[in-house]
Amino acid sequence: MKKLLVYLKEYRMQCVLAPAFKMLEACFELIVPLVIASLIDKGIGGENMPHIIKCVAILGILALVGLTVSITAQFFAAKAAIGFATRLRSELFRHLLGLSFSEIDTVGTSTMITRMTSDVNQAQNGVNMFLRLFLRSPFVVFGAMIMAFTIDSHIALIFVATIAVLFAVVGFIMSRNIPALLRAQESLDKVTRSVREGLNGVRVIRAFRLEADSVKSFNGVTDELTGRLKKAGHISALMNPLTYVLINLGIILVIYSGGLRVESGILTQGQVIALYNYMSQILVELVKLANLVVTLNKAMASANRISAVFDINTSMREGDGVDFDTDPDDDVLETESDAGSEAVSFRDVSFAYPGSSEDSLENISFVVNKGQTVGIIGGTGSGKSTIASLIARFYDVTGGGVYLFGHDIKDYSYDQLHSLVGTVMQKAVLFSGTIESNIRMAAGDVSEDVINDAVKKAQADEIVKGKGGIKACVEQGGRNFSGGQKQRISIARTLAMRTPIVILDDSSSALDYATDLSLRRALKELPEDTTVFIISQRTSSIQHADKIIVLEDGHMEGIGTHEELLKSCDLYKEIHESQLHRS
Amino acid sequence: MKAKNNVQTEYGGNTGRELVKYLKKHGFLVVLSVALALFSSLTALFVPVLFGKAIDSILSDMGSVVNCLIRVGCVIGVTALMQWVMAMVNNKVTYEVTQDIRNDAFEKIQKLPLNYLDSHSTGEIVSRMVADVDTLADGLLMGFTQAFTGIVTIVGTIYYMWTLSRMTTIVVVCVTPLSLFVANFIAKHTHDMFITQSVTRGEQTALIDEMIGNEKVVRSFGYEDEALERFNEINDRLAVCSLKALFYSSTVNPATRFVNSTVYALVALVGAIRVLGGHITVGSLSALLAYATQYTKPFNEISGVVTELQNAFACASRVFALIGESEEEGSQIYDIKASDGSSDDEDGIKGEVDIEAVDFAYVKDKPLIEDFSLNVGSGQTVAIVGPTGSGKTTLINLLMRFYDTDDGKISVDGKDIMSLTRQEHRKRFGMVLQDTWIKQGTVLDNIRIGRPDATREECINAAKEAHAHSFIKRLPQGYDTVLAEDGGDLSVGQKQLLCITRVMLALPPMLILDEATSSIDTRTEIRIQKAFHKMMNGRTSFIVAHRLSTIMDADIIVVMRDGHIVEQGSHEALLKKGGFYSELFEAQFAH
Repeated sequence: MKKLLVYLKEYRMQCVLAPAFKMLEACFELIVPLVIASLIDKGIGGENMPHIIKCVAILGILALVGLTVSITAQFFAAKAAIGFATRLRSELFRHLLGLSFSEIDTVGTSTMITRMTSDVNQAQNGVNMFLRLFLRSPFVVFGAMIMAFTIDSHIALIFVATIAVLFAVVGFIMSRNIPALLRAQESLDKVTRSVREGLNGVRVIRAFRLEADSVKSFNGVTDELTGRLKKAGHISALMNPLTYVLINLGIILVIYSGGLRVESGILTQGQVIALYNYMSQILVELVKLANLVVTLNKAMASANRISAVFDINTSMREGDGVDFDTDPDDDVLETESDAGSEAVSFRDVSFAYPGSSEDSLENISFVVNKGQTVGIIGGTGSGKSTIASLIARFYDVTGGGVYLFGHDIKDYSYDQLHSLVGTVMQKAVLFSGTIESNIRMAAGDVSEDVINDAVKKAQADEIVKGKGGIKACVEQGGRNFSGGQKQRISIARTLAMRTPIVILDDSSSALDYATDLSLRRALKELPEDTTVFIISQRTSSIQHADKIIVLEDGHMEGIGTHEELLKSCDLYKEIHESQLHRS
Repeated sequence: MKAKNNVQTEYGGNTGRELVKYLKKHGFLVVLSVALALFSSLTALFVPVLFGKAIDSILSDMGSVVNCLIRVGCVIGVTALMQWVMAMVNNKVTYEVTQDIRNDAFEKIQKLPLNYLDSHSTGEIVSRMVADVDTLADGLLMGFTQAFTGIVTIVGTIYYMWTLSRMTTIVVVCVTPLSLFVANFIAKHTHDMFITQSVTRGEQTALIDEMIGNEKVVRSFGYEDEALERFNEINDRLAVCSLKALFYSSTVNPATRFVNSTVYALVALVGAIRVLGGHITVGSLSALLAYATQYTKPFNEISGVVTELQNAFACASRVFALIGESEEEGSQIYDIKASDGSSDDEDGIKGEVDIEAVDFAYVKDKPLIEDFSLNVGSGQTVAIVGPTGSGKTTLINLLMRFYDTDDGKISVDGKDIMSLTRQEHRKRFGMVLQDTWIKQGTVLDNIRIGRPDATREECINAAKEAHAHSFIKRLPQGYDTVLAEDGGDLSVGQKQLLCITRVMLALPPMLILDEATSSIDTRTEIRIQKAFHKMMNGRTSFIVAHRLSTIMDADIIVVMRDGHIVEQGSHEALLKKGGFYSELFEAQFAH
């Protein structure tokens, strides 16, 4: 929570001025009962018409000044709250974008999106209301009490007692109510989950005729929610009647003892009315304060959730950059291109995903030379994609080391890594914009020829044509493209980067066999030095690779060419045969 | 904008009636609540008069002061009691009504045609059932308490003021609408600012959704800087329009308060003059001043309540639109545990499926399946292959009666499937889909979906046959491991294995497998295939598969394209024919 206050720093002035002006407004409000008292005692009691008019004029001026002052306060509060939220959002976005894959996995994208949107809005609301009310309400409450002391210190004690009891009662109710509301919120989340479950599983539910069952279990969930809401309601139902009774008891006491003191000539009638008015003001402000506490409580919860995200630091440290000690104009790789030299090597690599006790990869070692094509194959969960992720340094190894062109991958700067490794991910994702903007996402300002070449190699030219050109619009999530089309565009996006290492992570799964074949042929036409990794479940996609790595349960079961593996690796043979039963 | 308004009013009429239907169940409590609101407002309004009298008596006689105060105490006690009962009643009514609405909506979902569910996003329906009903509940609570008590308070105050001083009353009644006018004026002028704000916010959310939702891709391309730049551009625009919207809307409070203060000052002036003229007492003036503050409060609140109520009604109309959707005919649902005693008719099923000249379209003028006919003999295995969009899954939808044919008929053992209820019909099929569905609960619960009365042993045996046993065993609590929504940590392949286990347990007379093993690696797949083969023995089966290797043994391979059968026959026959199927098949092995 405290950490977020940094983002208010720029608005320090507003943060002071807003409550200050609010307090000023409260001061003016506190003067009103005194004016009324004077109007009654001097004006009416003294039958002094000019004084009455003077008092009313003062009331008018107080109202006008109050208006100006409070609008000013609202402005400062709004300015600070919006400024705070804007900076917070921007910083949070930057922070989230800086997280590495491990942290993205642990936090989860839906959580991150909620933090960015509704939580920041709650926090903004909290700051705004805090600046507007948090000083004002207590100020009015205690101000009224102090004013009571200036009128009559004896009666003011009734104020002290009433306020103390009120605070105790309100505090007690809130302290019981807030956890009750939280429990109700949990139940509501359960309702949400149940609805979603019922919708997503509708076919299965119907196929197994579980309709009645699922209705019954949903009713159970709503029962729980209703029960908890009622419980919370029982507590908060006490709030209004109790505060009402307490304040009015206070007024009764004030008028009674006020009456006694008027009799003995210590107080005037007008002053008793003023005290009565002060008591009423307390009630109004106290209710506002209670509501404010609820708002602030929500805002605090949001703020805590946000700062928890800020507390997550990326576990990956960027390398200082590898110095290729050549003249800087030269392409990084040309300089190192003694043909056949080492491109990627894994040295005794082990890896476990964050939060998982089991290793996803164990003691993997292999060397891939420049210009080679490598196939990686294995069953579900065997660690194929994990290897791809490690080559791109999406994760850091937990044991051993990954080396690119002879340098530890951790020594490269992120920019260098981006210029070395291009990955086509398993799940093809397009962003809203145009086909071109999608392809240029990583490549930047490359020439049109490069783009066209990438499109062609990715077998995407017919898509581009079909959609009406490279400037064709891509809707959010690429929903106007089919799965296969998305895959081909995302392959083009990676190829346009012209990196010396290209990884295709099962990225032709949605392509039919014929297109897949043309794609593989096109990949052969990449610059000679390009090292290509193809991850696939089909042996047909990789059997012509220079090297095939066979994985099972994170272990390397074999490495070699198709022919070698057929002889030496039972697992590979089994996979191959399972896919090839030509009769 | 206009169209939207029309829709709202169109629902509006029904919405009120629907709401009343739900409230009727609590008829007595609703009447009680209204009565309590009426009386508690009136008694509360009586308090200032009594205080006024007490203040007047201060100057004369302390005895009658005490008298008055005792009466005040009683009135306050009664008022507070009524307020408390009213709050409890309102809670009960509101929460129970919203629960009824939610339950009805959920039951409705179970009865709606899939057509409706497929064409509405999950998020949309969830937000109707959760967020909209919540807003409705808030609105109901607010409406119940504030709108009604507000009106009673206004009317009551005018009455009491009238008895105290007509002149003051007239002044107050004439001036107060000013605050409504001011609030309205500001609301009208901030409306556009709020629209701009929500549009910009929507734009930003879309960007967040894209960039954070696909953060791994963003990171892998080093696109962070551009993303941040785009974000900040929107963020800065949002800051400007939010500030405007927030500030201008927050002037409502000070402005109405200003009007109130003016009213207060006027009451003081007129009241004081009346006191001087001997028409009213000082105590009455104090009561009038108290009324002046009390009277304007509901006016300020009412503008809030009106928006809240409008909002609640808009939300209610969305929920009621869902509840009011027309159901599938014959969609009464029965509890199968209760009614599923006899399974003798299952044994009698041979499983001959005849599809005759079936036409079907999801959208009326875009026919998908046309004049489709297929005869499947008892115990045969039918494989359906073809490119995406060729109608494979649609065929499954029709077989399971998730959708009904537009024309033509499907019959099982010579009996039109339309002559049975959907539940009776579906009982004869076991189905595994590509999209796995895991419900919250233990692994065992999930397997038992296949047959609710199965014993633990039977479930474990089924799991063994489906090759799911080995991974289930390794879960922390084995078969009693609680799975989170949508399977949580299980891989897609593991989820598919669980779904297959269900069918292995159910052992229905006919089988439908729609890409059931698409995420399972080929070696495990082959083992499952063996189990499937054993199960399919003597059972009519329909298989949709992407990997042609898995369907070569089928009795009939149906090759579909654009809703028609283009080829049909055994694997060998089709290969020999050298048509579309052999093209698809050869491509697998080309390099």
